[in-house]
Amino acid sequence: MSESLYDRIGGDAAVNAAVELFYRKVLADYRINRFFDNTDMEQQIAKQKAFFTMAFGGPNNYTGGDMRTVHAKMVKNGLDDSHFDAVMEHLGASLTELNVPAELIGEAAAIAESVRADVLGK
Amino acid sequence: MTKLTIGEKDYNCEPDEVVLDALLRQDVDISYACRQGTCQTCLLRCTDKVPLTKSQSGLKDTLINQGYFLSCLCVPEQDMTIKLPEQSDFFSEGKVVVNEMLNRNTILLVVECQDILEYKAGQFVNLQREDGLTRSYSISNIPQQSKTLEFHIRRLPGGQFSEWVHDEIKVGDQLLVSEPQGHCFYLPDRKEQGILLVGTGSGLAPLAGIISDALSHGHTGTIHLFHGSSELEDLYRIDEMRQLSRDVVNFNYTPCISRGEAPEGFSSGRAHKVALDALPDLTGWRVFLCGHPEMIAEMKTQAFLKGASVADIYTDAFHVSVNE
Repeated sequence: MSESLYDRIGGDAAVNAAVELFYRKVLADYRINRFFDNTDMEQQIAKQKAFFTMAFGGPNNYTGGDMRTVHAKMVKNGLDDSHFDAVMEHLGASLTELNVPAELIGEAAAIAESVRADVLGK
Repeated sequence: MTKLTIGEKDYNCEPDEVVLDALLRQDVDISYACRQGTCQTCLLRCTDKVPLTKSQSGLKDTLINQGYFLSCLCVPEQDMTIKLPEQSDFFSEGKVVVNEMLNRNTILLVVECQDILEYKAGQFVNLQREDGLTRSYSISNIPQQSKTLEFHIRRLPGGQFSEWVHDEIKVGDQLLVSEPQGHCFYLPDRKEQGILLVGTGSGLAPLAGIISDALSHGHTGTIHLFHGSSELEDLYRIDEMRQLSRDVVNFNYTPCISRGEAPEGFSSGRAHKVALDALPDLTGWRVFLCGHPEMIAEMKTQAFLKGASVADIYTDAFHVSVNE
C-alpha cells in the first residue's frame, strides 16, 4: 500500500509548521478576518490543525455534519464561495512556502475542496 | 492492566484503553469533547514522573513541565497518580511578613509559607481569608530564594479582599495559600531567545517575577519590559526597573502612560502599542502578557501576526471577580 498524503507531506510536524503560517495569512486577510474576530486564537489553531490533518488525509474525525454545524452561523453572516476561495488560496500559499511539492499540494487542495458544500451549507 | 490513582481511590485501566475511557467507565466525571486531542477539554495532570509524550502533543511547554496531559490520547505505560482539575485547591498556611504601599493604590504583600518548592514566579495562587473569602494573585518573586511569596495587590473600589488587605491586614496575620496554578512562567531553555513582556497595572507582578527568574537562569537574549498605566501615579517600581536596565545589559524597560502627555523618560500610549511600534518583528520571540483582558486579547493576535509562535505566547488575564 502506498504511503498516505499525510505521511508523505511529513505528518504531525508538517501540520504544525503549516498551521501557523496559514492562520497568520488568514488573520491578516481583510476579506475573511472578520469571521475570526471573536475566536480564541489557541482553540482556533487547534481546530485548524485538525482541518490540516484532514486536508492531508491524516487521522481525523471530521464529518460533513460537523462542518455544516460549526459554519452555519457564519453562512448566516455572509460566508460564501469567495471566502472559501480565499482560504484555499492561503492553504496553497502556506504549503508552497514550506516547499511542499506541487502535486502533493494539489492532492491536499482536492481534499479541502471536497468539504466546500458542507462548509457553505449547500 | 495499569492502576490509576486519584486521591484515595484506585481505578483500573485495561491494556490499550485510554485514561479518559477508563475513568468514564468507572464513573469518574470528566469533561471531554473531541476525543482526538484537539479541544483539550479532557486535560488532566499526572503528579508522578511517567512518560506522557504522545498525550502531550500540542500542549504548551509550561503545561508539559507540570505533567498535564490529554486523557483522550493517553494509554498508560505504567501506574499513574492523577489530579482532576477541581482537585488543585489544597491550601497551606501563610503568615504576612511585609505589607507596604508600592504606589497610591497597590500594596506589596509578602507571605511566609512552608513547602514552596513547586511555586514558580509568574504563576498565581488563591489567597483565602479566615472566613473563606478567596481571590487569585500572581507571584512576583522567586519563592525558593526567600521562602516567601510576594504579591502586588491593587485596591479595587468595593473589592472585599483587596480592601481588607489594604485597610486591615497586619504583619503576623495568617491566611491560607493554595497550590500554584497557571502556565505563565519562565522555562530555562532557549536562553538566547528574545523575551517581550507587556503588563498593565499590577500585571507587573508576574512579569517582575518572570524577569528575575529568567535572569537568575542566565538568560542571554534581549529582554524588553513595557509596563503601562493610564496615569503616572499608577505605575510603580520605576526606579528599581530603571536601575535593573542599567545593571543588566540585555534588559530594557519602557514605562508607558496612556492618558495625556508623558513626561520625559516615559513613553506616551498604551503599553502594547508602544511595544509593537518598538519591535516590528517578533519572529522567534517569547511573549508574556499580563493584566487587562482586552489588552491581552488584542496583543496576543498582534504578536502572532508579527511572527511570534502561539506556543511562545504566555498570558495571564486579570479578570475582576464578579462578586466583589
